[in-house]
Amino acid sequence: MLFEIKNLHVSVGGKEILKGFNLSVNEGEIHAIMGPNGTGKSTLAAAITGRDGYEITEGEIWFKGKNIMEMSPADRANEGIFLSFQYPVEIPGVSIQNFMRTAINAKREYQGLPNMPMPEFIKMMKEKQAMVEITAKLQNRYVNVGFSGGEKKKNEIFQMAMLEPQLAILDETDSGLDIDALRIVANGVNQLHRDDNAFIVITHYQRLLDYIVPDFVHVMYDGRIVKSGDKSLALELEEKGYEWIKDTIL
Amino acid sequence: MDSNPNENIIEKVTNKEYEFGFVTDIETDFAPKGLNEDIIRLISAKKEEPEWLLEFRLKAYRHWLTIKQPTWAHLNIPPIDYQDIIYYAAPKKRKELQSLDEVDPELLDTFNKLGISLDEQKRLSGVAVDAVMDSTSVKTTFQDTLSKHGIIFMSFSEAVKQYPDLVKKYLGTVVPYTDNFFAALNSAVFSDGSFCYIPKGVRCPLELSTYFRINAANTGQFERTLIVAEEGAYVSYMEGCTAPQRDENQLHAAIVEIIAETDAEVKYSTVQNWYPGDKDGKGGIYNFVTKRGICRGDRSKISWTQVETGSAITWKYPSCILKGDDTTAEFYSVAVTNNYQQADTGTKMIHLGKNSRSTIISKGISAGYSQNSYRGLVRIAPNASNCRNFSQCDSLLLGDKCGAHTWPYIQCNNDTAILEHEATTSKISEDQLFYCNQRGIDTEKAIGLIVNGYAKDVLNKLPMEFAVEAQKLLSITLEGSVG
Repeated sequence: MLFEIKNLHVSVGGKEILKGFNLSVNEGEIHAIMGPNGTGKSTLAAAITGRDGYEITEGEIWFKGKNIMEMSPADRANEGIFLSFQYPVEIPGVSIQNFMRTAINAKREYQGLPNMPMPEFIKMMKEKQAMVEITAKLQNRYVNVGFSGGEKKKNEIFQMAMLEPQLAILDETDSGLDIDALRIVANGVNQLHRDDNAFIVITHYQRLLDYIVPDFVHVMYDGRIVKSGDKSLALELEEKGYEWIKDTIL
Repeated sequence: MDSNPNENIIEKVTNKEYEFGFVTDIETDFAPKGLNEDIIRLISAKKEEPEWLLEFRLKAYRHWLTIKQPTWAHLNIPPIDYQDIIYYAAPKKRKELQSLDEVDPELLDTFNKLGISLDEQKRLSGVAVDAVMDSTSVKTTFQDTLSKHGIIFMSFSEAVKQYPDLVKKYLGTVVPYTDNFFAALNSAVFSDGSFCYIPKGVRCPLELSTYFRINAANTGQFERTLIVAEEGAYVSYMEGCTAPQRDENQLHAAIVEIIAETDAEVKYSTVQNWYPGDKDGKGGIYNFVTKRGICRGDRSKISWTQVETGSAITWKYPSCILKGDDTTAEFYSVAVTNNYQQADTGTKMIHLGKNSRSTIISKGISAGYSQNSYRGLVRIAPNASNCRNFSQCDSLLLGDKCGAHTWPYIQCNNDTAILEHEATTSKISEDQLFYCNQRGIDTEKAIGLIVNGYAKDVLNKLPMEFAVEAQKLLSITLEGSVG
């Protein structure tokens, strides 16, 4: 088992958002998590990655056989957990190249490796940005500053490609994307998908799942998974709407 | 080119103390404590100065006696006992030094620790160095290369002896001894510094650099730098400073004067890293500096770039008088304060010439319990038509116990001027830190990355070898500032 969440309860500002969330992810799998607004999807991503202010009151999170709940956010990232942000953050004055170099070398330091030699790094940058159809010019721009919505999301996938995580969480990566950008982002994910890594795709809509085909679809409601199935569940959900879920569980 | 500021920082991150805080055990020649006309005569005699210079000093001293230390800055300055300071301290054994072999090995060791090798290595990086220890200039490298171009670059005392007419012609013309309290003090007691003269049409082939070091205890450092660029000349000049870690405060009051004639260009860069005091605000250098340049000839250009990370108190306004027509002046500043440091720094742009242009980019970063102020003046004279100024003053706050203040003054006496002023105040956001964390970058490194990004517009203006140093310094200065 690559990743496992057991009976997770998470409170934000004293209010319980996740109420007994369970999930098991094996290597090579793609899981989609769907659900209406305010059901705790982004809270789940924040809790897994260790964001401040998300208090775990009960439950466990295991990754590669380690309980990661006491780990700092940076250590969790360096262990191989990546979050593609719903709203990527701007860092003025810091070029993507500098940012990525710092991130990659932080990970290598964590693994006890020396810094990546510059030529190797440059070569890697070129390869990975081609994967998400980013022009070389983007690399000298400051992280997310003045990026369009599509560029920001492509940049997230590019970073994911650079850091080669074993578990990638895509939080509403399809929001704000036109159909071309959506296809590019999905292509990137599909190329990165291997037997030894896994993806958790958080989305509102099934249209992303036309491009990234999940092995499992989970429907979240009120802080927990209420229904799981294969990709056909996403289609059924699209057809019948979230009201249908409410009706089935009540 | 994009260099990675964090690469070299990692090993430094664990080193939280001021790393230049060592003291060198060198025999030092002191004047007695205190200030009076006899002391000034002693300093002048020690340096075998001509009569006119002694007169200059005495006039400055007598003026100084009539004025009070200024109180207008946003600084809490403990009372300074000017009679409790030694105004002259020089490493002994200072004879005519012709080669490195003659320099005190302890002194060489000090400069090696500081990362300044005075030997030929510097040729590779194209930097000529004048090193000033306490009050005396120790060694100037590359005299030969420079003299081939007719460039004079030597210690101030040396220049007084070799080129008295040049020094006399320019000394005090940009910063008169009547300018302010600290300028008067410096003019009375300055002991050394650097003199730089670039003849007509010469583009200085090396970066010139002065390194200032306070070593002896209870000593003030009062150096004086004078840079003259004749018609069409160009020079890039760098200044670095460090001091030992001591519990008592030490006074530093310097003057820098720059004269740029027609079509000349002078770039002046400073990385100021005097000892800032400890975490509780004990010790540290009081840094009261008057720096001013004059774009005297048409189309001349002066640019100040400063990275201020050290000193317990900084009072410093590198300024430009744009006297000629079509002149250009720039001021790029990063001022970082942490713990109990206080900085009141900025610039004055005085537009006298037509079509003159000035740019001010100031980035203040405050952390801990520090106070960080920008104070700037843009003045357009009545006859100065079609002038332009762009000012940008940004403040970045780390934590909620520090203060950032901005006092921009604009005096516009000509309707054709175009003046722009932008200002922002921001904090490093939780979102930015978490974004970096999620990419595996820990918070300490993330702050270094974000702060260096914030200061990038200024750091980019520094010469290469200084920029790398400055990037490291910014991160180190802010270590432990967010917890």
